[in-house]
Amino acid sequence: MVHKHNTSHVIRRYIVRGIIYLWLVIVAIIVLYPLLWVIGSSLNPINSISRASMIPEGATFDNYVRLISETNYLTWFRNTGYVAIMTMLFSVMLNITTAFVFARFKFRGRKAGLLAVMILNTFPSFMGMIALYMIALNFGMLNNLNMLVIIYVAGSIPTNIWLVRGNLLNLPKSLDEAAYIDGASKMQVFLRILLPLSLPIVTFIALTTFMSPWMDYMLPRLLINRTEVTTLAIGLFRMLDPADSANYDFTAFCAGAVLVAIPIATLYMIFQRFLIEGLASGANKGE
Amino acid sequence: MKYVVTLCSAIIWGSGQAINKQWIKGAVFFIVQCIFWFVELSTGLLDVITGRAEPLFRNCGYFIRGLWGLITLGEIPRLDSSVLVFDHSVMLMIGGIISTFILLLFILVWIWNIRDAYKTHVLIDHGQKQSSLDYVKGLWEKSFEYIMITPGALLVLFISVIPVLFSISIAFTNYNRNTVPPRNLIDWTGFQTFQDIVQIPIWGTTFVSILIWTICWAFLATFSAYSFGLLNAVLINTKGILFKKFWRGLYVLPWAVPGLVSLLVFRAMFNRQGAFNTLLMNMGIIDEALPFLSNSTWARTILVLTNVWLGFPYFMSLISGVMTSISPELYEAVDVDGGGGWTKFRAISLPAILTATAPQIVMSITFNFNNFGHVYFLTQGGPPNPAFQMAGSTDILITWLFKLTLDQRMYNYAAAISIIIFIMIATVSGINLMRTRAFKED
Repeated sequence: MVHKHNTSHVIRRYIVRGIIYLWLVIVAIIVLYPLLWVIGSSLNPINSISRASMIPEGATFDNYVRLISETNYLTWFRNTGYVAIMTMLFSVMLNITTAFVFARFKFRGRKAGLLAVMILNTFPSFMGMIALYMIALNFGMLNNLNMLVIIYVAGSIPTNIWLVRGNLLNLPKSLDEAAYIDGASKMQVFLRILLPLSLPIVTFIALTTFMSPWMDYMLPRLLINRTEVTTLAIGLFRMLDPADSANYDFTAFCAGAVLVAIPIATLYMIFQRFLIEGLASGANKGE
Repeated sequence: MKYVVTLCSAIIWGSGQAINKQWIKGAVFFIVQCIFWFVELSTGLLDVITGRAEPLFRNCGYFIRGLWGLITLGEIPRLDSSVLVFDHSVMLMIGGIISTFILLLFILVWIWNIRDAYKTHVLIDHGQKQSSLDYVKGLWEKSFEYIMITPGALLVLFISVIPVLFSISIAFTNYNRNTVPPRNLIDWTGFQTFQDIVQIPIWGTTFVSILIWTICWAFLATFSAYSFGLLNAVLINTKGILFKKFWRGLYVLPWAVPGLVSLLVFRAMFNRQGAFNTLLMNMGIIDEALPFLSNSTWARTILVLTNVWLGFPYFMSLISGVMTSISPELYEAVDVDGGGGWTKFRAISLPAILTATAPQIVMSITFNFNNFGHVYFLTQGGPPNPAFQMAGSTDILITWLFKLTLDQRMYNYAAAISIIIFIMIATVSGINLMRTRAFKED
């Protein structure tokens, strides 16, 4: 009796597992299909959407060669890389110092500042775009990559300050107090005690601020119209815009997409623990 | 005496400090005042005083001209290229806002200078004296907070606050493609734009329809991606399933690939001649190409489905993390009570997961509410909807505003709509914020 019950139980378990594996394989296909399709298309000798396929006949690297030799892809890549690195450096510096002050000190204007940041965040990000355009025009900063850096850094402060502040609040205040009793200055407490302890959130800010310029489309489209300062998002978008016949090039787009996706995706995979933890901690704003 | 000192500082900055024998500090305040007057005089006021320029506000220095420009928005349009002296309303408005802010900064220093003169003198009356050097030393530790936030605050002021104030101002003008400076002058029109939005039917209906779709989209996108992520996290975590790490690693891919790339790829794949139509036709399921992106119902469905593809890995990773932290003893308790896998999931896992991820769900809804990239890169808001004012069927509020601003140049309407949305969001989140512990504790 007991034995018989066990057999049917085991069979049932195998069926359930079989269904789960089947499901997992189907999801894997759904996940991989678009990715393999774009890789396949990038190797396709025929430049047309309708002929694109996962396994092209006569696969060739011609599209990659054309992308690098005939389009400005490398220039876009270099421009975007420059913007991303500068944005990352300055964002990390300003975000952490500002958040440190807001987390650790009581001073006049603190609550007002935090509230103002929250209000700023509720405005759609491009609300000020016309004004930014006019400011850039006035100061001769159109077609200037540094203008993009300045705007990204400025934008990162309201976005991240609550998050970083929340993380710093979670560090015990007794650490600072002990250091102050030993005669440390505020700057020393920040650099020697709090900064080393907040490495995970620093990594998170560095990663997110580094990633965002690669895919931002709105701002460069507004502030940049010269080829030598074009960024990747704009370049790739144009390659897929049928209305833009001068730049339309489907297979080169696929090759370009693969070339930018690989390094970014690798970064994500390596640092995904920090990203998930950072996003998760963002919700408990300092509670 | 202390009032005399205060009055001196109010007229000639730093003179009160000089009387208090704090020479360096006094000199610094005096230099700031000199800079202020130098800017104002050298940019025009001097010419007006000496009679070299007509005594008009427009000929005055940086600060007076800024205020004049902000209030009048200019007086001379550039009707043709022969007009050499003309006013560009938009430039005047931005310049005015910036110069007003700088003026406010100067006023702040002025007040600081007056208060300082007064306070120091009171201290001297009580027999205490502080040298400028000690003051500077104390200042660093005392104003550490302000010094540290100054660079960030200035950046946010010029790149975020001033532009936002500018667009708020635009809502109260008639600045759009029909009045283009410098050919036309822009005027302050009060609440006219808001009245138009309420009274001209097409603006109102477009706004309400897009608002409803935006809310539906935000909830649908979040919950579909969440459920799919939950399902996969649970299945991978099932006892006896091999290669857990492999599956998780594979499923994270859509999250790792840059969104812009995958969305543009999807756009190509859902094209009329794209991969999906070819695939379905080859399999004999359909006879002619489906209008994936050119039919509004299809386009909306595709938006939600592709969002599942892009969004589920994040929730899956998050939920997997939560599940590993659930104590196994809880599951053993269910075993003792004779419950099966389903009971375990419903009674233990699900409540734990939902509580732990509730904040992320809320964040995801607000993110999708403003998910510009997803809609713009996939459909660009299309297909166009003739019943709407300059919008397509899949446009959410933010993409509509983007088009109104950059493509249609209906600046004042876009600004007014942003303000309306802002008021709606701010009311909801403001009430929420006031109730959170984090804010009360401050």
